[in-house]
Amino acid sequence: VEETLHGLALGFSVALSPGVLAYAVVGCIVGTAVGVLPGLGPLAGISLLLPVSFGLQPTTAIVLLAGIYYGAMYGGSTTSILMRIPGEAASVMTCIDGYEMTRRGRAGAALAIAALGSFVAGTVAVVGLMLLAPPLADFALRFGPPEYAALLVLGLLVLAAMSGGSMAKALAMATLGLLLGTIGIDTMTGFFRFGYGVTELGDGLGVVPVAVGLFGLSEILLAAEAEAPPSPKPPPFRELWANKEELKEAAAPTLRGTLIGFLVGIVPGSAHILASFVSYAVERKLSKRPEMFGKGAVAGVAGPESANNAAACGAFVPMLALGVPSGPIPAVMLAALMVHGIAPGPLLIDQQPELFWGFIASMYVGNLVLLALNLPLVGIFVSLLRIPYYLLYPAVLVFCCLGVYAVSSSTVDLWIMTGCGLLGWVLRKLDFEVAPIVLGLILSPLLETSVRQSLAMSSGSYAIFVDRPIAAILLGVALLLFLLMVRPARKAAT
Amino acid sequence: MKRDQAAGGAFIVLAGFVIFESRKLPFGSLSDPGPGYWPVVLAVALAAFGLAVILLGTASPRLAASEWSGSRKAIAILGACAFVALALDRLGYRLTMVAVVVFLLGVVERKHPLLVATAAVALSFGTHYLIDHLLNVPLPRGPWEL
Repeated sequence: VEETLHGLALGFSVALSPGVLAYAVVGCIVGTAVGVLPGLGPLAGISLLLPVSFGLQPTTAIVLLAGIYYGAMYGGSTTSILMRIPGEAASVMTCIDGYEMTRRGRAGAALAIAALGSFVAGTVAVVGLMLLAPPLADFALRFGPPEYAALLVLGLLVLAAMSGGSMAKALAMATLGLLLGTIGIDTMTGFFRFGYGVTELGDGLGVVPVAVGLFGLSEILLAAEAEAPPSPKPPPFRELWANKEELKEAAAPTLRGTLIGFLVGIVPGSAHILASFVSYAVERKLSKRPEMFGKGAVAGVAGPESANNAAACGAFVPMLALGVPSGPIPAVMLAALMVHGIAPGPLLIDQQPELFWGFIASMYVGNLVLLALNLPLVGIFVSLLRIPYYLLYPAVLVFCCLGVYAVSSSTVDLWIMTGCGLLGWVLRKLDFEVAPIVLGLILSPLLETSVRQSLAMSSGSYAIFVDRPIAAILLGVALLLFLLMVRPARKAAT
Repeated sequence: MKRDQAAGGAFIVLAGFVIFESRKLPFGSLSDPGPGYWPVVLAVALAAFGLAVILLGTASPRLAASEWSGSRKAIAILGACAFVALALDRLGYRLTMVAVVVFLLGVVERKHPLLVATAAVALSFGTHYLIDHLLNVPLPRGPWEL
């Protein structure tokens, strides 16, 4: 502990030096500005601004990128809450109840809860990162393909089990997402599946065009059908903040979301995406008023937002402690460090203590900067709702097209967005939830690769999924969950 | 026909299509799956869930009861998105967005021409400046450098 405190003191001396602090603030501001643009999320933000960091000192570069990351995460939540447009997969769950709160005139409260939840989760998760990084990283290393496959199956079933509507519908949606995820080049054999000559589909369907289509565009289409355009009430100034009751309601989901997010986030791979989905499902199950979910439940914003931010911190554990990126964003940051000749891994703390502890301390500072920056901005963000809808939706549509195009400069992504907009519109009219499609799309390549790698490891024996204790436990829980789901569904049918 | 029965039926048809299309891909074996294995497994699962949706959805509202009468505006918006996908590389970003905003505000919403022109120019040129100049993401310029 003494060593940790000593390291942290060193970190704060680095993070609070005027030069580094200035870059943390700039990163948070730029990240928020990029994240607020509909369709542009943290990945796009970091990728676009990565070259800027090349001319900086390594510590300053990583602090700047981390600031952009947090800023963009929060900015993405803003568009999710105000316009139902997720900037990236992690904001998908925030769309559901955040936007409903906006429609009920509680946009300011939703934004404030998201900011506070993100701050609490970020700060608590950094403590976890600081104290638990080495032992947790060791545990996470025990996750091989079989454990990973079992975890992903469990994640999908948790989502289906705890979704508010029909379990069969949720599973059908998740399977549809998994099927969409098979489009593109098979990473294990190089076969191009369901490409139909469109070379741009080689990398598969992008998450951003699919999410923007299913959520943002379908919302515009549903609103276009309505006799009166949607007019979310901009709250009066004194109601801009969350009230006592809402803050009380958000407290427990924030803490639960933080724990779920951090634990899910440390698993190497892209499992951290599951965090906000699992948190939403858990909150709905634990809620005394589950019927409020999807209609503006405070816990539906606080839980996923906290989980999302804690997972973002958790995701840095394998990156810093093992040099294993746990998703595309840590991978880009890893690349930035490597450009500076630094190889993250077990030796980082000893060889580059200033960088490691400076980065940790900058996370505290970044969270504080974001809170100080975003709470006063809630009023400005909410004032967007005062724009008449007939002007707002063409502007949102332009930003959606822009955000989707900017990810890979491909018009194929615009076709995907349009197709998914149509699909989301029809499915929502038929009373299907579209969030499981996004989760399925993200997890499909991971799940397929994990299953096939597991079989390759075991020379084709499926027993590998039950021989290994962690995988067996996870699959056991998944099976139990499935059986518990089937019983009420059968009762309802009879 | 009930709403869920139509949806479940559509899932089964889609599953059949995926299985049909997967015949071109090597299936491998259960112990050594090929690239065709995973789509077929998922298609079978989708068909099973589609069947479950049909069986459990007998009490869902009738499909004919769904309101589609206001869909013309929604289809116009979808058409605008398709136009962007088609025209962006050919006409350039600014010209395409001017056309889209003029269509949505002027034709679909029937707003005053001055408002339409101002919004179209401000949105297309403003966003172009932001993304192309400030964030250095090159946007298509088209034959007239627009």
